[in-house]
Amino acid sequence: MTNQNNISDIAVSCAGISKHYKKVQALKNVSFEVSKGEIFGIIGPDGAGKTSLFRILTTLILADNGNATVNGFDVVKNYKNIRECVGYMPGKFSLYQDLTVEENLEFFATVFNTSIAENYDLIKDIYVQIEPFKTRRAGKLSGGMKQKLALSCALIHKPAVLFLDEPTTGVDPVSRKEFWGMLKNLKKQGITILVSTPYMDEASLCDRIGLIQNGSFLTIDTPEEIIAGFGQQLWAAHSKNMNKLLTDLRSNIQVKSSFAFGDSVHITLNEDYKTEELRHELEAKGHTGISIRTIKPGIEDCFMELSKTGVR
Amino acid sequence: MTEIIKPSLEKVIVTENLTKKFGHFTAVDHISFEVNRGEIFGFLGANGAGKTTAMRMLCGLSKPTSGEGTVAGFDIHKQPEMVKKNIGYMSQKFSLYDDLKVWENIELFGGIYGMTDNEIKLKTDELMGRLNFESERDNLVKSLPLGFKQKLAFSVSIFHTPKVVFLDEPTGGVDPITRRKFWEMIYEAAASGITVFVTTHYMDEAEYCDRVSIMVDGRIEALDSPANLKEQYNARNMDGVFQQLARKAKRVDS
Repeated sequence: MTNQNNISDIAVSCAGISKHYKKVQALKNVSFEVSKGEIFGIIGPDGAGKTSLFRILTTLILADNGNATVNGFDVVKNYKNIRECVGYMPGKFSLYQDLTVEENLEFFATVFNTSIAENYDLIKDIYVQIEPFKTRRAGKLSGGMKQKLALSCALIHKPAVLFLDEPTTGVDPVSRKEFWGMLKNLKKQGITILVSTPYMDEASLCDRIGLIQNGSFLTIDTPEEIIAGFGQQLWAAHSKNMNKLLTDLRSNIQVKSSFAFGDSVHITLNEDYKTEELRHELEAKGHTGISIRTIKPGIEDCFMELSKTGVR
Repeated sequence: MTEIIKPSLEKVIVTENLTKKFGHFTAVDHISFEVNRGEIFGFLGANGAGKTTAMRMLCGLSKPTSGEGTVAGFDIHKQPEMVKKNIGYMSQKFSLYDDLKVWENIELFGGIYGMTDNEIKLKTDELMGRLNFESERDNLVKSLPLGFKQKLAFSVSIFHTPKVVFLDEPTGGVDPITRRKFWEMIYEAAASGITVFVTTHYMDEAEYCDRVSIMVDGRIEALDSPANLKEQYNARNMDGVFQQLARKAKRVDS
């Protein structure tokens, strides 16, 4: 037998993975591990390398360099074993548009030598929501229903590791919450989940996350640890004229960073600069209704801070 | 008072009971609202609430089943071609031609909107300077980083100085810094008098709008400034407002 390592707690491991396409370096020496039963989030903008990484791990493309294993199998030597034990939901809807909901599910079950009945308990909570439309062609489903069908098809063979590439992109905030609820339930059934997303607010729903940009990870840790590592005091500033506030904050050399965040501007200040001084300066510039309060950073604050300095 | 503050009282978009039915399905159900000149108007709603259908009617691309509407002063029933000439449009999906150069894209769209060669040339130079894009002028759009593409796509959508620009999820998938820079461009456009009609799934971006409407099952369930909506729904942020309203949806789509 080849170098199987099924007793290990590691579901996915990557060591020094690189990938380039013509002039673009999609992944640069990427290394990380995912433990069995974890929800691991890969969070970053379009073009960061998320899809390339997923395609390497699901054995659809080859890396230029480095090693990777999924469920103990090597992505090159044991690619057939990997294909049997992973579920993959690509970012683009990839089911058969001219087959019905039920036919699609039946098809994927058959390809993996199983039946809908055998693993029905795994998909039940998700599938019951689209079952009333089981005779409808997949191409005629709404976005939300397509997403549920795709997830059902990716699960029907009871995979050990589930790869979800941007399952919530373009999905409204209510449906996004619902989708994450489904993932929590799958985790309870012991499935390891790798999920990518451009939405930073989904980070807190993962056990661990990797923030990725330009083909490499800025950091990999639990959301709590990443936030704890922000390392400086963050303030939320507000005034009646938010547009002018941003401009005035930017022109103040004592303000280290300033980014609009919803109804306030998140700022960091030079160490010896007091918020009282800032308040006076803003008043002098004609601002009214000024409030400057301390806040806890979010993952998006951390992402921006890390992508500025570029430290790993 | 001669404030620089935007919304003057000129109405750029007016709808009255605007409705679109597909067979028995009412996608947009008697929506009535007005948008002022220079305003940033956020058009929110869950997937399937009817946003895209409403937007297509406002852009002159789809005939309303009933109800009235004017955009940039033109009737969307009777003058859809005039509507199209006086608006700009940008979405995350369709933006620019990848296999044309930066300047070629600008010239193409400027030409389509009937700008003269001279006008296009002058404004292209001005735009390249302002965006610090001079070095990219002769490059194919597909070779640009995503953030650049996004900026360029927006600049092209308002290149012919439309009265109103429709932005359909313009910041989807963009990194957080670029997303914020993009909103700074939106502010600039609005300050110059262009009305901005924007959809987004980022609830922090809803806070950047002057006013926001939230569609549920084809109807406008709420319309006010973010501050007033938060107060009315007793929510800490716009996500809280959105979750309360969108959960009322009865349509089978989620």
